[in-house]
Amino acid sequence: MSAPLTAAAGTAAIAPGARPVTGFWRRALRHRSFLLGAVLSLFVLGAALLSLVWTPWSAYDIDVASKLHPPSAAHWLGTDVLGRDIVSLLLVGARSTIMVGVIAVGIGLSFGVGLGLVAAARKGWTEELIMRMSDFTFAFPAVLSAIMLAAVAGPGMVTSITAIGIFQIPTFVRVTRGSANAIWAREFVLAARAAGKGSFRITIEHVLPNILSILIVQATIQFALAILAEAALSYLGLGTQPPQPSWGRMLNDAQTLLFQSPMLAVYPGAAIAIAVLGLNLLGDGLRDLLDPRLARER
Amino acid sequence: MANADAPLIEVKDLGVRLNTSRGPAQAVRGVSFTLRRGETLGLVGESGCGKSVTALALMGLLPDSAVISGSIRLEGAELVGLPDAAYCKLRGNRISMIFQEPMTALNPMHTIGRQVAEPLLRHTSVSAAEARQEAIALLDRVGLPDASKRIDAYPHQFSGGQRQRITIAMALACQPDVLIADEPTTALDVTIQGQILDLIADLVAERGMAMILISHDLGVIAENVARMMVMYGGTVVESGETQAVFTRMGHPYTQGLFRARPRLGARKGTRLTTIAGTVPELADLPAGCTFADRCAIVEARCRAALPPVVDVGGSHGVRCIRTDVSMADGGVVA
Amino acid sequence: MTVLDQPSSATPLLEVTELAQRYTLPRESLFRPAAQVHALNGVTARVMPGRSLGVVGESGSGKSTLARLVMALERPSSGQVVMMGRDLNRMPPDELRHARRDFQMVFQDPYGSLDPRQTIARIVAEPLTALGRIDRAGLRERVATVLRQVGLRDADMDKFPHEFSGGQRQRIAIARALITRPKLIVADEPVSALDVSVQAQVLNLMQDLQDEFGLSYILISHDLAVVDLICDEIAVMYLGRIVEQGHPADLFAHSAHPYTRALLDAVPRARAGGVRRRRGAQAIVSQSSVTAGCPYAPRCPLADQHCRETAPALRSVGDTHLAACHHAEAVMALPPVVAEAG
Repeated sequence: MSAPLTAAAGTAAIAPGARPVTGFWRRALRHRSFLLGAVLSLFVLGAALLSLVWTPWSAYDIDVASKLHPPSAAHWLGTDVLGRDIVSLLLVGARSTIMVGVIAVGIGLSFGVGLGLVAAARKGWTEELIMRMSDFTFAFPAVLSAIMLAAVAGPGMVTSITAIGIFQIPTFVRVTRGSANAIWAREFVLAARAAGKGSFRITIEHVLPNILSILIVQATIQFALAILAEAALSYLGLGTQPPQPSWGRMLNDAQTLLFQSPMLAVYPGAAIAIAVLGLNLLGDGLRDLLDPRLARER
Repeated sequence: MANADAPLIEVKDLGVRLNTSRGPAQAVRGVSFTLRRGETLGLVGESGCGKSVTALALMGLLPDSAVISGSIRLEGAELVGLPDAAYCKLRGNRISMIFQEPMTALNPMHTIGRQVAEPLLRHTSVSAAEARQEAIALLDRVGLPDASKRIDAYPHQFSGGQRQRITIAMALACQPDVLIADEPTTALDVTIQGQILDLIADLVAERGMAMILISHDLGVIAENVARMMVMYGGTVVESGETQAVFTRMGHPYTQGLFRARPRLGARKGTRLTTIAGTVPELADLPAGCTFADRCAIVEARCRAALPPVVDVGGSHGVRCIRTDVSMADGGVVA
Repeated sequence: MTVLDQPSSATPLLEVTELAQRYTLPRESLFRPAAQVHALNGVTARVMPGRSLGVVGESGSGKSTLARLVMALERPSSGQVVMMGRDLNRMPPDELRHARRDFQMVFQDPYGSLDPRQTIARIVAEPLTALGRIDRAGLRERVATVLRQVGLRDADMDKFPHEFSGGQRQRIAIARALITRPKLIVADEPVSALDVSVQAQVLNLMQDLQDEFGLSYILISHDLAVVDLICDEIAVMYLGRIVEQGHPADLFAHSAHPYTRALLDAVPRARAGGVRRRRGAQAIVSQSSVTAGCPYAPRCPLADQHCRETAPALRSVGDTHLAACHHAEAVMALPPVVAEAG
């Protein structure tokens, strides 16, 4: 028999939709992947913050005489082909990585969520128009639109951030519309309509608060994607421009010396991996922790 | 099929401990009953009383974290502690279950013919063609119109009542010995409810199955089973022949449940007799009598220990130490 | 408590006239026109102030559609909903919003009808806050008052829905409906999701509130006994039409429509010696197949050629007793379906 034999019985003591915040931190501290994700993400954030006040060396000073030094007491991870300190480059690179992530996800969130909410609230041809537009945008990957934008506006950080941001919009539109539609179908929305509330107030007071956790999780994962996209664009020379250090840029520089000093590529690669892994674990963990149904199981 | 008088299923002192969100809880305590072929037993009670947990325990479908004590014997063979692989051979084969919501019990992506034939293919050695023929015969028997033509249709193409007929056909495919029907008509309209209950009763009589019917509706129990057990807070508070229980209800909870029902023909403005308070969560059950907190005739000694079952005549048992008061005027007579 | 102003009993509180609602189904074929479901098919009814109407029927009878139309949550395909002399569907949106204070709704699902992320105070106050800005202290005062009226405590105000049981949640939903002091509450299956012992508490509460505030209910239910307890008049619906309407006593003692009899007969009786009564197999017809003749004819034991050709109109079969059946008189002459003892 292929029947659903879930916790249909007495375990369903707490109703669906129970408020997930109860004991959030208590459960968070027991959630291993969430903790690991949080630690890794905070590590990257800490590096970026640290670089604002202190770096072992300047990340901009070129000292060709001391190029390609191996790790030493002075340069913990050595120096690159222009004699810049790798640790300093990584720290400052974290800054641009996070900035790109924050701004791009910010663009994606504000436009995507807004449009998604309108689509769910308005339905009809408005919804159709928004969804077809987002499909259209989705057809152009960030790298492609960045190349096109760069052709018009010239390469640079602003161009890459804008391209990544625009690329994020459709994902947020879809996630927002999907989850908002589910909320619109709930009876408490009908109750709000029966009370005389218009679709704007229902969206702000009922729909948005109920999909917030889904959006937070999505934003975390989109942040990781934005970091990857930024690295890819910088690697292609379309993103952050020298002398501003960035992890993708560092990879690009390391490419020509791949056989001579492979570690030059490993460091920024590891930094990207740590940031992306950390954010993905964080997102997965949040998904578990904010989902009331999963919360009951723990 | 050996001795028809030998007990088919024998449950002794069944207990189930579940992990709920509020910590471990004793969901079922001291449930005992015996069923022979052709016999029917009703389990009645409100949400969280343990009736569905009892059914899932019989089916071996409780989560792994559940702790089961006591004994469940099917023709003498112990089922408690049976490994899941062995239980799989019983489920759908010797013990079958019909669920409340026919739409969720059916897989929307498979044809109904495939779903009805599936237990046959799994548990018996019939060929696919034979299984298909058998599925058509079963669907025909449960009253699905044009069974041979509609066997390749999908669940969504049927009405709620028809879907429940299909799940019944699935449950019956392997000629089970024990049929458990968990609220089989709760999701259906009242005029369809009668037809489905008629069908189940016919099939039970025709195939000599033992049936356990679970319902929250005293009326459904009164009309469809020979014996009944009223459950509250995981314990059986009253049990006996349906006729005897409805003639003379002994437990304050059974009486309260009966009085609380709105009745046809009661005039507008008639006040219903309520049971104070709410159904407790399993983790919050009081020590002693589980009904103590809501009982009108509760005494200090009711809270001391779980009351024993008092036989009030004709194997009509009431788990109450105050039957002298609750049944003073012969109890509530339905 | 102040007693509500009683409008002169000559004006009905609510009057629905020839109400019809059609839904278009998704197209199954590119070349055929999309099928339509006639969820409601010309329903006419009125509710006098302080009186309550029960609407009974099975799934697909159109009773929930009627509720949504009365609440002006949907626009009807045709027909009128007139609340205290004003057509709801012709009001400007802002006026309709303010008119809503007079009619509120209680839903079936006590878990789904309360926003899990709002406090009880916010949920209960919603019909007031929807009307415009109100000062916070006054609002909390009114929330506390209605919470007490439905048997909850002031302290419950700052809790969240998941902290309450199903019965308590339904009390919260009733408090929300009460807060604007409405004249009409539309309750769609308000107790069908509740346990029997809790159901009785909520039904008693609904009666108390009716007595205290002179409320009218439109009570929608599949359970005849529930409707019988609360309502002065009952309408039995079948496939989008009212097939019988009248006082509960008349309806149950002298049912004039075979469908009402079938409904009454199908209710299982909780009593000793309850022998299962066999029900004949009945074919169910779908709503989209519009045919001539009485819609109940395919299931009706009394149907004859005339029934299959001409649809019966809702006609008077007694004092304030209407039925849509060619054989109403014959049906009424049948012995009544045995009511439950006790």
